[in-house]
Amino acid sequence: MAEGSISIEVVYRGIFQKTLAQRICRSVVLAARKDGHTGTAFARYGDSPERNGVPAKQFAVVAANEIELEASMAKYEPAVVDISIAVDDTLAKGVESWAWYGRQPLWKPVREGGTLLITSEKTPDEVVKQIDAAERPYTLGIIPGAASFAGLWVYKDDHTDYRVLGAIAKIAPQWLSLENAKAAAVELAKDKSAADSVQFGYDKTLLRSVSTGEGTSTHEKLQFTKPGWTKMRPGIVIDARKPGERNPQYKKYTARTLRPVVNFDTCIKCTMCWLDCPDECFEVTPEGHYEVVYEACIGCGICAQVCPVKDCIVMVDELKFTDNKDKWQDWKKDRPAYNQWFEQMSGVPADPKAAAAAGGDE
Amino acid sequence: MAVEVKEKETSEVETEVLATGCEAIAEAIRLADVDVMAAYPIRPYDGVMQAAAKLIANGKMDVEYIVADGEHSQFEIVKHACAVGSRVFVGSSGVGWFYAFEAIAVTAGLRLPVVAICGNRALDDPGAFGTEHNDSLAVRDLGWLLPWAETAQEALDLALMAWRVAEDKRVSLPIAIGLDGAFLTHSQHIVKIPTQAAVNQYLPKFDLGDRLLHPDNPITIAPQVDQDWLMEIRRQNDNAMRQALTVIAEAHADFKRIFGRGGESPFLDEFMTDDAEVVVIGQGTLSLPMKVAIRRLRKEGHKIGLVRLKWFRPFPTEELVRSLTRFKAVGVIDRDYSFGSPYYGGVLYNEIRSALYSQTKRPTIVGFVAGLGGREIEQPMATEIFEKTEAAAKAGLSAGDVCHWIGVRE
Repeated sequence: MAEGSISIEVVYRGIFQKTLAQRICRSVVLAARKDGHTGTAFARYGDSPERNGVPAKQFAVVAANEIELEASMAKYEPAVVDISIAVDDTLAKGVESWAWYGRQPLWKPVREGGTLLITSEKTPDEVVKQIDAAERPYTLGIIPGAASFAGLWVYKDDHTDYRVLGAIAKIAPQWLSLENAKAAAVELAKDKSAADSVQFGYDKTLLRSVSTGEGTSTHEKLQFTKPGWTKMRPGIVIDARKPGERNPQYKKYTARTLRPVVNFDTCIKCTMCWLDCPDECFEVTPEGHYEVVYEACIGCGICAQVCPVKDCIVMVDELKFTDNKDKWQDWKKDRPAYNQWFEQMSGVPADPKAAAAAGGDE
Repeated sequence: MAVEVKEKETSEVETEVLATGCEAIAEAIRLADVDVMAAYPIRPYDGVMQAAAKLIANGKMDVEYIVADGEHSQFEIVKHACAVGSRVFVGSSGVGWFYAFEAIAVTAGLRLPVVAICGNRALDDPGAFGTEHNDSLAVRDLGWLLPWAETAQEALDLALMAWRVAEDKRVSLPIAIGLDGAFLTHSQHIVKIPTQAAVNQYLPKFDLGDRLLHPDNPITIAPQVDQDWLMEIRRQNDNAMRQALTVIAEAHADFKRIFGRGGESPFLDEFMTDDAEVVVIGQGTLSLPMKVAIRRLRKEGHKIGLVRLKWFRPFPTEELVRSLTRFKAVGVIDRDYSFGSPYYGGVLYNEIRSALYSQTKRPTIVGFVAGLGGREIEQPMATEIFEKTEAAAKAGLSAGDVCHWIGVRE
């Protein structure tokens, strides 16, 4: 018999996965209701979930009774969660939301011994390498599957929500029994195959324990202290950024799922990427190339779209990279090595003419 | 043009859903068979817009849904629709509510029973989406009835009660239900949806009688009156507001009889007050952290409780005096502020002190400003509020001449 309450959060990408996150949280509460529990589901109000790609959160709290639920809700947004679910594996790089200042590790609210569930087509080992080094042990669970757009406009439910439900039933059966998870899924989907998706999540979720220190230390830690009313300037006034200066507190890159990689050899220095980048992420190099400041890039892909040279800017899976270092210096130092790296990352030839002459695919 | 209703909700039994406060209000709009609703988006009120639009799109509700060009038109539309006999719904939040202010004032002046929600939100600037009660409270002197809901369930229940009270001929005044932004409007809880039959039994058809604006009933509404008539009109409206106390009590008793919910008193919700020496009082969702604090602190021997005020207008003076004179001290928690007011307090603080002034046996009443702009009232803050109220109880009446800011960075 379950006692107390369980707190679950879903970390998702703004607008694209908002409905999916809501479905997961709702289905958790409705399924747990079948097990005789009560609960609540809500989105974090300080988020701006309409912003493309910006990480945001929703929550589900399930409790043994109303008093336990109130005790849990006394802290409206749970500071500590038992299970954190990320429905896009590129969120492994961290969460910089509109609701707070600075990037936070994905596991930040997960309690010691809690679970971080991620939907991914990668292995647990590959994913853990991208997550901030653990400050306390937790269990990483990989639910096999790609990042889903289910529920966004014309994107139909692909049962990601029910696979997640199955994974939760595996981790916390005292709160969510497999049979009631299935029953709730079938009811919500009005489709019997939803039960198979719950079973899939239950059977196929790969669990791996992560010990303290495991993970990457390449992510910076941003601290921000909020001043008191006696120290603040009156009239809601803050300093503006100087021309060319970036906000040191606000990095934006956790909104990115794909990053632009540049072929400096084929670049014609036309300025289009620099001009059209909505976040002013491009810096002019001494030779007139344009290099990406990856800390500021949200991966919107506009640069790749406006670039007139085929395959000069290529959008690549963010999880292929482990840092945000500028790349132009690498190219400047050792062009063959850079071009080899470019080909490996982007999957396109660095020298298209030579590739074509050699009987390439074009 | 009205959408054809394909699938009328005909559930014979009370159903249970997981719904936000806004979705619960949309269910009430459906159950009350509202004729006209006018909408204009602003967070957090717009959750109702979305939920109502979904009910219409799914063929579950038939209502004339008019999206206005701004809040002023939005409130004017329902005012006029109400004058020609439509049951109406409207709502807004924060500065949107203020943009409609002229229409809000005349609606009460005209005695038109418009039912609204005010999804409570801090007034810009500074921009903030979170809850603060100054938007609702700004209309406190205009003749609007102002209840506050604690939960999504109570939001639905209060809304059904609102049409009944507002449209009662003895009252015929508009009502704005206060819903705390985020905590209530946007979090989903288990909500019981009553049957249509039960609602029909509870809610009579809207009938404006001989005030109905119709070609068969030629009348002129709101001619210029000047000093010859104005005071009498104000006094009429005052009388309606006074009568509202009785009508609310009746509506509450009937609601309990038909739906089995609503608590003991229509106006106050008391929690662990039987042996309490010190209580706090507030409105809306702040009762949740306070209840949790009371359970926790009572284990350490503190004799404390909570009184939640359900109706701010009409102010239930008699009932409140009867309740609060039982305690040594009362901490009033305002999720609002009144700049430059007596003792630099919140609106509720000064209203409650005023209500108790003539009592020979009266508690020390100390003020707290907390949770502005949606800031959470966390447990350490709740503890501080009780500690300060207990200290005020020992120090005597004048210890209440102060309003503490809780959880503000110095």
